Amino acid sequence: MKIRRIDVLVIGAGASGLTSAIKLAEMGYEVSVVERENTLGGILNQCIHSGFGLHYFNEELTGPEFADRLIGLLPDALYLAPNATVDRLIDDENGLGALVFSPESGITRYSSRAIVLAMGCRERNRGNIHIPGSRPSGVYTAGLAQRLVNIEGYIPGKDVVIVGSGDIGLIMARRMSWVGAKVHCVVEIQPYPSGLTRNIVQCLNDFNIPLHLSHVVTKINGNDRVQSVEISPVSREKERGPGSFTVECDTLLLSVGLVPENELTRKFGIAMNHETSGPKVDSRLMTSKPGVFACGNVLHVHDLVDYACEEAERCAKGVDEFLRGVAPETGGPVVSGANVRYVVPGAYNPGSDNRFYLRPMIVKNKSRLSVRAGEVEIYGKNLPHVQPSEMVEATLSKDALKACSGQTLEVRIE
Amino acid sequence: MKRNMTCIACPLGCSLTVEYSEGLDDVTVTGNRCAKGEVYAREEILAPKRTVTATVSLTAGELSRLPVRTDRALEKELIADLLTELYRIEVSAPVAPGDRVLTDFRGTGVNVIATRRCGSRSDE
Repeated sequence: MKIRRIDVLVIGAGASGLTSAIKLAEMGYEVSVVERENTLGGILNQCIHSGFGLHYFNEELTGPEFADRLIGLLPDALYLAPNATVDRLIDDENGLGALVFSPESGITRYSSRAIVLAMGCRERNRGNIHIPGSRPSGVYTAGLAQRLVNIEGYIPGKDVVIVGSGDIGLIMARRMSWVGAKVHCVVEIQPYPSGLTRNIVQCLNDFNIPLHLSHVVTKINGNDRVQSVEISPVSREKERGPGSFTVECDTLLLSVGLVPENELTRKFGIAMNHETSGPKVDSRLMTSKPGVFACGNVLHVHDLVDYACEEAERCAKGVDEFLRGVAPETGGPVVSGANVRYVVPGAYNPGSDNRFYLRPMIVKNKSRLSVRAGEVEIYGKNLPHVQPSEMVEATLSKDALKACSGQTLEVRIE
Repeated sequence: MKRNMTCIACPLGCSLTVEYSEGLDDVTVTGNRCAKGEVYAREEILAPKRTVTATVSLTAGELSRLPVRTDRALEKELIADLLTELYRIEVSAPVAPGDRVLTDFRGTGVNVIATRRCGSRSDE
Protein backbone atom coordinates (compact mmCIF):
# COMPACT_ATOMS: atom_id res chain seq x y z
CA MET A 1 0.00 0.00 0.00
CA LYS A 2 1.30 3.41 -0.97
CA ILE A 3 1.67 6.06 1.69
CA ARG A 4 1.40 9.75 0.84
CA ARG A 5 2.59 12.16 3.54
CA ILE A 6 1.33 15.73 3.30
CA ASP A 7 0.37 18.66 5.49
CA VAL A 8 -3.35 18.80 4.74
CA LEU A 9 -5.81 16.39 3.12
CA VAL A 10 -8.94 17.99 1.69
CA ILE A 11 -11.85 15.63 1.03
CA GLY A 12 -14.06 16.84 -1.83
CA ALA A 13 -13.26 19.11 -4.79
CA GLY A 14 -16.46 21.13 -4.81
CA ALA A 15 -16.57 24.86 -4.11
CA SER A 16 -15.61 24.54 -0.43
CA GLY A 17 -12.88 21.93 -0.86
CA LEU A 18 -11.24 23.81 -3.73
CA THR A 19 -11.40 27.15 -1.89
CA SER A 20 -9.84 25.80 1.30
CA ALA A 21 -7.18 23.92 -0.72
CA ILE A 22 -6.27 27.07 -2.69
CA LYS A 23 -5.92 29.14 0.50
CA LEU A 24 -3.86 26.48 2.30
CA ALA A 25 -1.55 26.01 -0.68
CA GLU A 26 -1.09 29.80 -0.85
CA MET A 27 0.04 29.69 2.78
CA GLY A 28 2.76 27.25 1.76
CA TYR A 29 1.30 23.96 2.93
CA GLU A 30 1.55 20.75 0.96
CA VAL A 31 -2.08 19.93 0.15
CA SER A 32 -3.85 17.00 -1.52
CA VAL A 33 -7.47 17.05 -2.65
CA VAL A 34 -9.30 13.76 -3.15
CA GLU A 35 -12.50 13.76 -5.19
CA ARG A 36 -15.00 10.99 -5.94
CA GLU A 37 -15.92 12.31 -9.43
CA ASN A 38 -13.43 12.57 -12.26
CA THR A 39 -14.11 16.31 -12.68
CA LEU A 40 -13.54 19.21 -10.30
CA GLY A 41 -16.17 21.71 -9.17
CA GLY A 42 -18.76 19.41 -7.64
CA ILE A 43 -22.40 20.40 -7.87
CA LEU A 44 -21.54 23.74 -9.54
CA ASN A 45 -21.06 21.96 -12.87
CA GLN A 46 -24.69 20.96 -13.13
CA CYS A 47 -26.05 24.33 -11.96
CA ILE A 48 -25.85 25.92 -15.40
CA HIS A 49 -28.15 28.85 -14.47
CA SER A 50 -26.73 32.18 -13.35
CA GLY A 51 -26.88 33.80 -9.93
CA PHE A 52 -23.58 32.66 -8.43
CA GLY A 53 -20.58 34.74 -7.45
CA LEU A 54 -22.23 38.11 -6.65
CA HIS A 55 -20.44 38.21 -3.27
CA TYR A 56 -17.31 36.14 -3.88
CA PHE A 57 -16.32 37.36 -7.36
CA ASN A 58 -18.45 40.56 -7.45
CA GLU A 59 -19.99 39.36 -10.67
CA GLU A 60 -22.97 37.22 -11.66
CA LEU A 61 -21.80 33.85 -12.98
CA THR A 62 -23.26 30.47 -13.87
CA GLY A 63 -22.23 27.44 -11.80
CA PRO A 64 -19.69 26.09 -14.33
CA GLU A 65 -18.14 29.56 -14.70
CA PHE A 66 -17.79 29.86 -10.92
CA ALA A 67 -16.13 26.42 -10.80
CA ASP A 68 -13.80 27.36 -13.65
CA ARG A 69 -12.69 30.51 -11.77
CA LEU A 70 -11.81 28.42 -8.72
CA ILE A 71 -10.03 25.76 -10.80
CA GLY A 72 -8.03 28.57 -12.44
CA LEU A 73 -6.80 29.62 -8.98
CA LEU A 74 -5.42 26.16 -8.11
CA PRO A 75 -1.64 26.29 -7.75
CA ASP A 76 0.39 23.76 -9.77
CA ALA A 77 1.92 22.29 -6.63
CA LEU A 78 -1.44 21.07 -5.39
CA TYR A 79 -1.93 17.32 -5.70
CA LEU A 80 -5.35 16.39 -7.09
CA ALA A 81 -6.68 12.84 -6.93
CA PRO A 82 -9.92 12.64 -8.93
CA ASN A 83 -11.90 9.42 -9.25
CA ALA A 84 -10.84 8.59 -5.68
CA THR A 85 -13.11 7.42 -2.88
CA VAL A 86 -12.29 7.84 0.79
CA ASP A 87 -13.15 4.64 2.60
CA ARG A 88 -12.45 5.86 6.10
CA LEU A 89 -10.57 8.38 8.20
CA ILE A 90 -7.76 6.95 10.28
CA ASP A 91 -5.78 7.89 13.38
CA ASP A 92 -3.05 5.35 14.12
CA GLU A 93 0.73 5.02 14.54
CA ASN A 94 1.17 6.79 11.17
CA GLY A 95 -0.85 9.69 12.49
CA LEU A 96 -4.04 11.26 11.16
CA GLY A 97 -5.10 10.37 7.64
CA ALA A 98 -7.42 8.46 5.36
CA LEU A 99 -7.64 5.29 3.32
CA VAL A 100 -8.35 6.20 -0.31
CA PHE A 101 -9.28 3.93 -3.23
CA SER A 102 -9.02 4.77 -6.91
CA PRO A 103 -8.81 2.72 -10.13
CA GLU A 104 -5.65 4.59 -11.17
CA SER A 105 -3.66 4.42 -7.93
CA GLY A 106 -5.19 1.48 -6.09
CA ILE A 107 -5.20 1.89 -2.31
CA THR A 108 -3.33 4.86 -0.86
CA ARG A 109 -2.86 5.68 2.80
CA TYR A 110 -2.80 9.45 3.18
CA SER A 111 -1.04 10.66 6.25
CA SER A 112 -1.62 14.33 7.04
CA ARG A 113 -1.27 16.77 9.91
CA ALA A 114 -4.80 18.08 9.32
CA ILE A 115 -7.91 17.10 7.36
CA VAL A 116 -10.59 19.37 5.84
CA LEU A 117 -13.96 17.70 5.42
CA ALA A 118 -15.71 19.21 2.37
CA MET A 119 -17.95 16.39 1.15
CA GLY A 120 -21.00 18.57 0.54
CA CYS A 121 -24.55 17.33 0.92
CA ARG A 122 -27.02 14.87 -0.51
CA GLU A 123 -30.67 15.21 -1.53
CA ARG A 124 -33.55 13.99 0.57
CA ASN A 125 -35.66 11.54 -1.42
CA ARG A 126 -39.04 9.84 -1.58
CA GLY A 127 -38.26 7.66 1.43
CA ASN A 128 -37.59 10.74 3.56
CA ILE A 129 -41.03 12.27 2.94
CA HIS A 130 -43.05 9.05 2.85
CA ILE A 131 -45.16 9.44 -0.31
CA PRO A 132 -47.56 6.47 -0.51
CA GLY A 133 -48.41 4.63 -3.73
CA SER A 134 -46.71 2.31 -6.17
CA ARG A 135 -43.02 2.44 -7.06
CA PRO A 136 -42.87 3.09 -10.81
CA SER A 137 -39.95 4.66 -12.67
CA GLY A 138 -40.18 8.39 -13.23
CA VAL A 139 -39.62 9.56 -9.64
CA TYR A 140 -36.38 11.54 -9.41
CA THR A 141 -34.79 13.93 -6.99
CA ALA A 142 -34.55 17.37 -8.63
CA GLY A 143 -30.76 17.41 -8.49
CA LEU A 144 -30.50 14.04 -10.21
CA ALA A 145 -32.83 15.27 -12.97
CA GLN A 146 -30.68 18.41 -13.22
CA ARG A 147 -27.59 16.27 -13.71
CA LEU A 148 -29.30 14.09 -16.33
CA VAL A 149 -30.45 17.12 -18.35
CA ASN A 150 -27.45 19.43 -17.98
CA ILE A 151 -24.51 17.02 -17.96
CA GLU A 152 -25.60 13.67 -19.40
CA GLY A 153 -28.00 15.19 -21.95
CA TYR A 154 -31.05 13.06 -21.12
CA ILE A 155 -34.55 14.42 -20.59
CA PRO A 156 -36.10 12.40 -17.76
CA GLY A 157 -39.75 12.97 -18.75
CA LYS A 158 -42.26 15.08 -20.66
CA ASP A 159 -45.09 15.74 -18.22
CA VAL A 160 -43.71 16.86 -14.91
CA VAL A 161 -44.97 17.59 -11.39
CA ILE A 162 -42.50 19.06 -8.91
CA VAL A 163 -42.66 18.62 -5.13
CA GLY A 164 -41.05 21.44 -3.14
CA SER A 165 -40.74 25.12 -3.98
CA GLY A 166 -37.13 25.53 -2.88
CA ASP A 167 -34.81 27.15 -5.36
CA ILE A 168 -33.69 23.83 -6.90
CA GLY A 169 -37.32 22.85 -7.56
CA LEU A 170 -38.06 26.25 -9.12
CA ILE A 171 -34.90 26.25 -11.27
CA MET A 172 -35.82 22.78 -12.52
CA ALA A 173 -39.36 23.94 -13.38
CA ARG A 174 -37.82 26.47 -15.78
CA ARG A 175 -35.16 24.08 -17.04
CA MET A 176 -37.69 21.34 -17.86
CA SER A 177 -39.91 23.92 -19.60
CA TRP A 178 -36.94 25.12 -21.66
CA VAL A 179 -36.13 21.57 -22.82
CA GLY A 180 -39.70 21.16 -24.03
CA ALA A 181 -41.38 19.35 -21.14
CA LYS A 182 -44.71 20.45 -19.72
CA VAL A 183 -44.46 21.32 -16.03
CA HIS A 184 -48.00 20.95 -14.67
CA CYS A 185 -47.51 22.38 -11.20
CA VAL A 186 -45.28 22.78 -8.15
CA VAL A 187 -46.59 21.41 -4.85
CA GLU A 188 -45.43 22.98 -1.56
CA ILE A 189 -46.35 21.71 1.90
CA GLN A 190 -45.74 25.09 3.59
CA PRO A 191 -48.21 27.99 3.28
CA TYR A 192 -45.45 30.11 1.68
CA PRO A 193 -42.94 29.42 -1.11
CA SER A 194 -39.54 28.42 0.22
CA GLY A 195 -37.50 29.72 -2.73
CA LEU A 196 -36.57 33.31 -3.55
CA THR A 197 -39.34 35.51 -4.93
CA ARG A 198 -37.23 36.27 -8.00
CA ASN A 199 -37.26 32.54 -8.80
CA ILE A 200 -41.04 32.38 -8.39
CA VAL A 201 -41.23 35.19 -10.96
CA GLN A 202 -38.73 33.97 -13.53
CA CYS A 203 -39.18 30.19 -13.14
CA LEU A 204 -42.93 29.81 -12.50
CA ASN A 205 -44.83 32.97 -13.46
CA ASP A 206 -42.97 33.32 -16.78
CA PHE A 207 -44.26 29.86 -17.75
CA ASN A 208 -47.71 30.11 -16.09
CA ILE A 209 -46.87 27.17 -13.83
CA PRO A 210 -49.29 26.99 -10.88
CA LEU A 211 -47.89 26.77 -7.34
CA HIS A 212 -50.09 24.85 -4.88
CA LEU A 213 -49.20 26.06 -1.39
CA SER A 214 -50.22 24.00 1.69
CA HIS A 215 -50.53 20.92 -0.54
CA VAL A 216 -48.79 17.55 -0.62
CA VAL A 217 -48.58 14.64 -3.04
CA THR A 218 -50.64 11.93 -1.31
CA LYS A 219 -50.29 9.14 -3.88
CA ILE A 220 -48.19 8.10 -6.85
CA ASN A 221 -50.07 6.01 -9.45
CA GLY A 222 -48.56 3.84 -12.21
CA ASN A 223 -47.06 0.39 -12.66
CA ASP A 224 -43.99 0.61 -14.90
CA ARG A 225 -44.00 4.39 -15.21
CA VAL A 226 -45.63 7.19 -13.23
CA GLN A 227 -49.11 7.80 -14.70
CA SER A 228 -50.53 10.34 -12.31
CA VAL A 229 -50.18 11.79 -8.85
CA GLU A 230 -52.81 12.70 -6.32
CA ILE A 231 -52.40 16.11 -4.72
CA SER A 232 -54.22 17.06 -1.52
CA PRO A 233 -54.46 20.09 0.72
CA VAL A 234 -52.68 19.71 4.03
CA SER A 235 -55.17 18.71 6.69
CA ARG A 236 -55.23 16.87 9.97
CA GLU A 237 -57.62 14.26 8.53
CA LYS A 238 -56.09 10.91 7.75
CA GLU A 239 -58.42 10.24 4.82
CA ARG A 240 -58.19 12.02 1.52
CA GLY A 241 -60.06 15.20 2.27
CA PRO A 242 -62.08 17.54 0.06
CA GLY A 243 -59.97 19.49 -2.40
CA SER A 244 -57.84 16.55 -3.58
CA PHE A 245 -57.18 16.30 -7.28
CA THR A 246 -55.25 14.12 -9.69
CA VAL A 247 -52.69 15.33 -12.23
CA GLU A 248 -51.63 13.08 -15.10
CA CYS A 249 -47.86 13.09 -15.51
CA ASP A 250 -44.98 10.75 -16.29
CA THR A 251 -42.40 12.32 -14.00
CA LEU A 252 -42.28 13.49 -10.39
CA LEU A 253 -39.32 15.61 -9.30
CA LEU A 254 -38.60 15.89 -5.59
CA SER A 255 -36.94 19.03 -4.29
CA VAL A 256 -37.41 18.33 -0.62
CA GLY A 257 -34.24 19.41 1.08
CA LEU A 258 -30.58 18.59 1.45
CA VAL A 259 -28.68 16.73 4.17
CA PRO A 260 -24.93 17.07 4.82
CA GLU A 261 -23.12 13.89 3.77
CA ASN A 262 -21.35 12.79 6.93
CA GLU A 263 -20.91 9.01 6.81
CA LEU A 264 -17.11 9.37 7.07
CA THR A 265 -17.45 11.86 9.89
CA ARG A 266 -19.80 9.66 11.93
CA LYS A 267 -17.76 6.51 11.34
CA PHE A 268 -14.73 8.36 12.72
CA GLY A 269 -16.62 9.09 15.95
CA ILE A 270 -16.78 12.88 15.50
CA ALA A 271 -19.47 14.61 17.61
CA MET A 272 -22.48 15.67 15.52
CA ASN A 273 -24.89 18.60 15.71
CA HIS A 274 -28.41 17.21 15.31
CA GLU A 275 -29.89 20.49 14.11
CA THR A 276 -27.49 20.86 11.16
CA SER A 277 -26.70 17.14 10.58
CA GLY A 278 -23.11 18.36 10.36
CA PRO A 279 -20.26 17.97 12.85
CA LYS A 280 -20.03 20.21 15.92
CA VAL A 281 -17.25 22.74 15.40
CA ASP A 282 -15.40 25.30 17.49
CA SER A 283 -14.68 28.92 16.54
CA ARG A 284 -11.97 27.76 14.06
CA LEU A 285 -14.37 25.25 12.43
CA MET A 286 -12.47 22.35 14.02
CA THR A 287 -14.52 19.27 14.91
CA SER A 288 -14.33 17.29 18.16
CA LYS A 289 -11.33 15.44 16.66
CA PRO A 290 -8.21 17.65 16.88
CA GLY A 291 -6.87 18.41 13.40
CA VAL A 292 -10.11 17.56 11.57
CA PHE A 293 -11.95 20.62 10.21
CA ALA A 294 -15.18 21.03 8.21
CA CYS A 295 -16.62 23.67 5.88
CA GLY A 296 -19.32 24.18 3.28
CA ASN A 297 -22.40 22.02 2.90
CA VAL A 298 -20.97 19.13 4.91
CA LEU A 299 -21.02 21.44 7.92
CA HIS A 300 -24.49 22.92 7.30
CA VAL A 301 -26.47 23.47 4.10
CA HIS A 302 -25.79 26.90 2.60
CA ASP A 303 -28.12 28.87 0.28
CA LEU A 304 -25.29 30.51 -1.64
CA VAL A 305 -22.01 29.07 -2.86
CA ASP A 306 -20.48 32.47 -2.06
CA TYR A 307 -21.10 31.86 1.65
CA ALA A 308 -19.68 28.33 1.42
CA CYS A 309 -16.47 29.74 -0.11
CA GLU A 310 -16.20 32.42 2.56
CA GLU A 311 -16.55 29.71 5.21
CA ALA A 312 -13.90 27.58 3.45
CA GLU A 313 -11.44 30.51 3.59
CA ARG A 314 -12.13 30.85 7.30
CA CYS A 315 -11.61 27.10 7.68
CA ALA A 316 -8.20 27.39 5.96
CA LYS A 317 -7.23 30.09 8.49
CA GLY A 318 -8.28 27.76 11.30
CA VAL A 319 -6.16 24.94 9.89
CA ASP A 320 -3.19 27.30 9.59
CA GLU A 321 -3.47 28.35 13.24
CA PHE A 322 -3.76 24.73 14.31
CA LEU A 323 -0.68 23.71 12.32
CA ARG A 324 1.31 26.64 13.72
CA GLY A 325 0.27 25.57 17.22
CA VAL A 326 -1.67 28.77 17.89
CA ALA A 327 -4.41 27.99 20.40
CA PRO A 328 -7.58 30.06 19.96
CA GLU A 329 -8.76 32.17 22.84
CA THR A 330 -11.75 30.36 24.24
CA GLY A 331 -14.71 32.72 24.61
CA GLY A 332 -17.60 30.40 25.27
CA PRO A 333 -20.45 28.60 23.56
CA VAL A 334 -22.88 30.21 21.11
CA VAL A 335 -26.39 28.77 21.30
CA SER A 336 -29.60 29.25 19.33
CA GLY A 337 -32.39 31.07 21.13
CA ALA A 338 -35.94 31.99 20.12
CA ASN A 339 -36.82 31.41 16.44
CA VAL A 340 -33.33 30.25 15.49
CA ARG A 341 -32.92 26.65 14.27
CA TYR A 342 -29.12 26.66 14.52
CA VAL A 343 -26.06 28.87 14.59
CA VAL A 344 -22.64 27.83 13.22
CA PRO A 345 -20.04 27.77 14.67
CA GLY A 346 -21.23 26.93 18.16
CA ALA A 347 -18.39 28.73 19.93
CA TYR A 348 -16.61 32.09 19.73
CA ASN A 349 -13.08 33.35 19.91
CA PRO A 350 -12.69 36.78 21.53
CA GLY A 351 -9.25 37.12 19.91
CA SER A 352 -10.69 38.20 16.55
CA ASP A 353 -13.86 39.21 14.66
CA ASN A 354 -16.18 36.21 14.39
CA ARG A 355 -18.67 35.44 11.63
CA PHE A 356 -21.74 33.30 12.26
CA TYR A 357 -24.35 31.80 9.96
CA LEU A 358 -27.77 31.03 11.34
CA ARG A 359 -31.04 29.59 10.11
CA PRO A 360 -34.34 31.25 11.13
CA MET A 361 -37.37 29.13 12.07
CA ILE A 362 -40.02 31.72 11.22
CA VAL A 363 -41.32 33.82 8.34
CA LYS A 364 -41.52 37.46 9.38
CA ASN A 365 -41.15 40.97 8.01
CA LYS A 366 -39.32 43.65 10.00
CA SER A 367 -37.67 41.28 12.45
CA ARG A 368 -34.53 41.77 14.49
CA LEU A 369 -31.50 39.66 15.17
CA SER A 370 -30.20 39.92 18.72
CA VAL A 371 -27.14 38.35 20.29
CA ARG A 372 -27.11 38.40 24.08
CA ALA A 373 -24.72 37.61 26.87
CA GLY A 374 -27.11 37.07 29.76
CA GLU A 375 -29.53 40.02 29.58
CA VAL A 376 -27.12 42.31 27.74
CA GLU A 377 -27.44 42.68 23.99
CA ILE A 378 -23.92 42.72 22.52
CA TYR A 379 -25.01 42.76 18.87
CA GLY A 380 -28.24 43.54 17.05
CA LYS A 381 -29.40 44.20 13.54
CA ASN A 382 -32.70 44.75 11.80
CA LEU A 383 -33.72 42.17 9.21
CA PRO A 384 -36.28 43.39 6.64
CA HIS A 385 -37.50 39.83 6.01
CA VAL A 386 -36.62 36.42 7.43
CA GLN A 387 -37.67 32.94 6.30
CA PRO A 388 -36.25 29.48 7.02
CA SER A 389 -34.85 29.08 3.51
CA GLU A 390 -32.71 32.21 3.80
CA MET A 391 -29.59 31.96 5.95
CA VAL A 392 -28.69 35.00 8.08
CA GLU A 393 -25.14 36.21 8.53
CA ALA A 394 -23.78 38.09 11.56
CA THR A 395 -20.25 39.34 12.14
CA LEU A 396 -19.41 40.17 15.74
CA SER A 397 -16.45 42.40 16.44
CA LYS A 398 -13.48 41.39 18.53
CA ASP A 399 -14.21 44.24 20.96
CA ALA A 400 -17.83 43.17 21.53
CA LEU A 401 -16.69 39.57 22.10
CA LYS A 402 -13.82 40.56 24.44
CA ALA A 403 -16.28 42.36 26.68
CA CYS A 404 -18.35 39.25 27.31
CA SER A 405 -15.66 36.59 27.19
CA GLY A 406 -16.42 33.52 29.28
CA GLN A 407 -20.17 33.92 28.95
CA THR A 408 -22.59 31.96 26.77
CA LEU A 409 -23.97 33.90 23.80
CA GLU A 410 -27.58 33.40 22.79
CA VAL A 411 -28.72 34.28 19.28
CA ARG A 412 -32.39 35.04 18.75
CA ILE A 413 -34.72 36.50 16.16
CA GLU A 414 -37.63 38.57 17.42
CA MET B 1 -52.03 52.38 -15.34
CA LYS B 2 -50.33 50.67 -12.41
CA ARG B 3 -48.58 47.34 -12.03
CA ASN B 4 -46.88 45.64 -9.05
CA MET B 5 -43.93 43.39 -9.67
CA THR B 6 -40.97 41.77 -7.93
CA CYS B 7 -37.55 42.79 -9.21
CA ILE B 8 -35.46 39.83 -10.40
CA ALA B 9 -32.19 41.73 -10.89
CA CYS B 10 -30.69 40.29 -7.69
CA PRO B 11 -31.69 37.97 -4.81
CA LEU B 12 -33.06 40.89 -2.70
CA GLY B 13 -36.25 40.88 -4.80
CA CYS B 14 -37.59 44.42 -4.20
CA SER B 15 -41.35 44.93 -4.52
CA LEU B 16 -41.79 47.49 -7.30
CA THR B 17 -44.76 49.63 -8.25
CA VAL B 18 -44.76 50.85 -11.83
CA GLU B 19 -47.10 53.60 -13.00
CA TYR B 20 -47.30 54.28 -16.70
CA SER B 21 -49.37 56.14 -19.27
CA GLU B 22 -51.32 54.53 -22.10
CA GLY B 23 -48.64 55.23 -24.70
CA LEU B 24 -45.87 53.98 -22.35
CA ASP B 25 -43.98 57.25 -22.76
CA ASP B 26 -44.25 58.17 -19.09
CA VAL B 27 -43.08 55.37 -16.73
CA THR B 28 -42.51 55.93 -12.99
CA VAL B 29 -40.93 53.24 -10.80
CA THR B 30 -41.06 53.19 -6.99
CA GLY B 31 -39.97 50.63 -4.37
CA ASN B 32 -36.56 49.88 -5.96
CA ARG B 33 -33.46 50.00 -3.77
CA CYS B 34 -31.06 50.49 -6.67
CA ALA B 35 -30.84 51.66 -10.29
CA LYS B 36 -31.09 48.11 -11.64
CA GLY B 37 -34.67 47.94 -10.34
CA GLU B 38 -35.69 50.95 -12.41
CA VAL B 39 -34.15 49.46 -15.58
CA TYR B 40 -35.79 46.09 -14.91
CA ALA B 41 -39.25 47.61 -14.34
CA ARG B 42 -39.07 49.74 -17.51
CA GLU B 43 -37.99 46.78 -19.60
CA GLU B 44 -40.64 44.58 -18.03
CA ILE B 45 -43.33 47.05 -19.18
CA LEU B 46 -41.82 47.84 -22.59
CA ALA B 47 -40.09 44.63 -23.69
CA PRO B 48 -39.40 41.98 -21.02
CA LYS B 49 -36.00 40.29 -21.26
CA ARG B 50 -34.34 37.27 -19.68
CA THR B 51 -30.86 35.75 -19.58
CA VAL B 52 -31.08 32.28 -21.10
CA THR B 53 -28.98 29.31 -20.00
CA ALA B 54 -29.03 25.97 -21.83
CA THR B 55 -26.72 23.26 -23.13
CA VAL B 56 -25.58 22.42 -26.66
CA SER B 57 -24.26 19.21 -28.14
CA LEU B 58 -20.50 18.75 -27.79
CA THR B 59 -18.43 16.50 -30.00
CA ALA B 60 -14.92 15.13 -29.56
CA GLY B 61 -14.86 16.24 -25.91
CA GLU B 62 -14.68 14.63 -22.48
CA LEU B 63 -18.28 15.77 -21.97
CA SER B 64 -21.33 15.27 -24.17
CA ARG B 65 -23.14 18.54 -23.35
CA LEU B 66 -21.66 22.02 -23.17
CA PRO B 67 -23.43 24.53 -20.90
CA VAL B 68 -23.98 27.96 -22.51
CA ARG B 69 -25.61 31.32 -21.71
CA THR B 70 -26.61 34.49 -23.47
CA ASP B 71 -24.12 37.30 -22.80
CA ARG B 72 -27.01 39.67 -22.03
CA ALA B 73 -30.76 39.41 -21.54
CA LEU B 74 -32.83 38.48 -24.60
CA GLU B 75 -36.41 39.57 -25.44
CA LYS B 76 -38.71 37.02 -23.86
CA GLU B 77 -40.64 36.34 -27.06
CA LEU B 78 -37.44 35.25 -28.84
CA ILE B 79 -36.41 32.71 -26.18
CA ALA B 80 -38.26 29.74 -27.71
CA ASP B 81 -36.63 30.40 -31.11
CA LEU B 82 -33.20 30.73 -29.54
CA LEU B 83 -33.60 27.41 -27.70
CA THR B 84 -34.69 25.68 -30.93
CA GLU B 85 -31.60 27.06 -32.61
CA LEU B 86 -29.32 26.02 -29.72
CA TYR B 87 -30.60 22.46 -29.70
CA ARG B 88 -29.49 22.18 -33.36
CA ILE B 89 -25.97 23.47 -32.74
CA GLU B 90 -22.97 21.18 -32.34
CA VAL B 91 -19.76 22.49 -30.83
CA SER B 92 -16.44 20.74 -31.14
CA ALA B 93 -13.99 20.50 -28.22
CA PRO B 94 -11.70 22.01 -27.02
CA VAL B 95 -13.75 24.91 -25.72
CA ALA B 96 -13.33 27.47 -22.93
CA PRO B 97 -15.74 29.70 -20.98
CA GLY B 98 -16.49 32.82 -23.03
CA ASP B 99 -16.06 31.15 -26.44
CA ARG B 100 -18.79 32.25 -28.87
CA VAL B 101 -21.29 29.58 -29.77
CA LEU B 102 -23.72 31.87 -31.59
CA THR B 103 -23.19 35.47 -32.72
CA ASP B 104 -25.75 38.30 -32.86
CA PHE B 105 -28.91 36.21 -32.64
CA ARG B 106 -31.52 37.61 -35.09
CA GLY B 107 -29.87 41.01 -35.12
CA THR B 108 -30.53 41.56 -31.37
CA GLY B 109 -26.83 41.91 -30.57
CA VAL B 110 -27.20 38.98 -28.15
CA ASN B 111 -24.42 36.37 -28.34
CA VAL B 112 -24.38 32.91 -26.82
CA ILE B 113 -21.17 31.89 -25.02
CA ALA B 114 -19.81 28.68 -23.52
CA THR B 115 -19.69 28.57 -19.70
CA ARG B 116 -17.53 25.48 -19.15
CA ARG B 117 -14.03 24.36 -20.15
CA CYS B 118 -13.73 21.07 -21.95
CA GLY B 119 -10.64 19.49 -23.46
CA SER B 120 -10.57 17.20 -26.49
CA ARG B 121 -10.96 13.50 -25.83
CA SER B 122 -7.52 12.91 -27.37
CA ASP B 123 -5.97 15.18 -24.69
CA GLU B 124 -6.26 12.37 -22.15
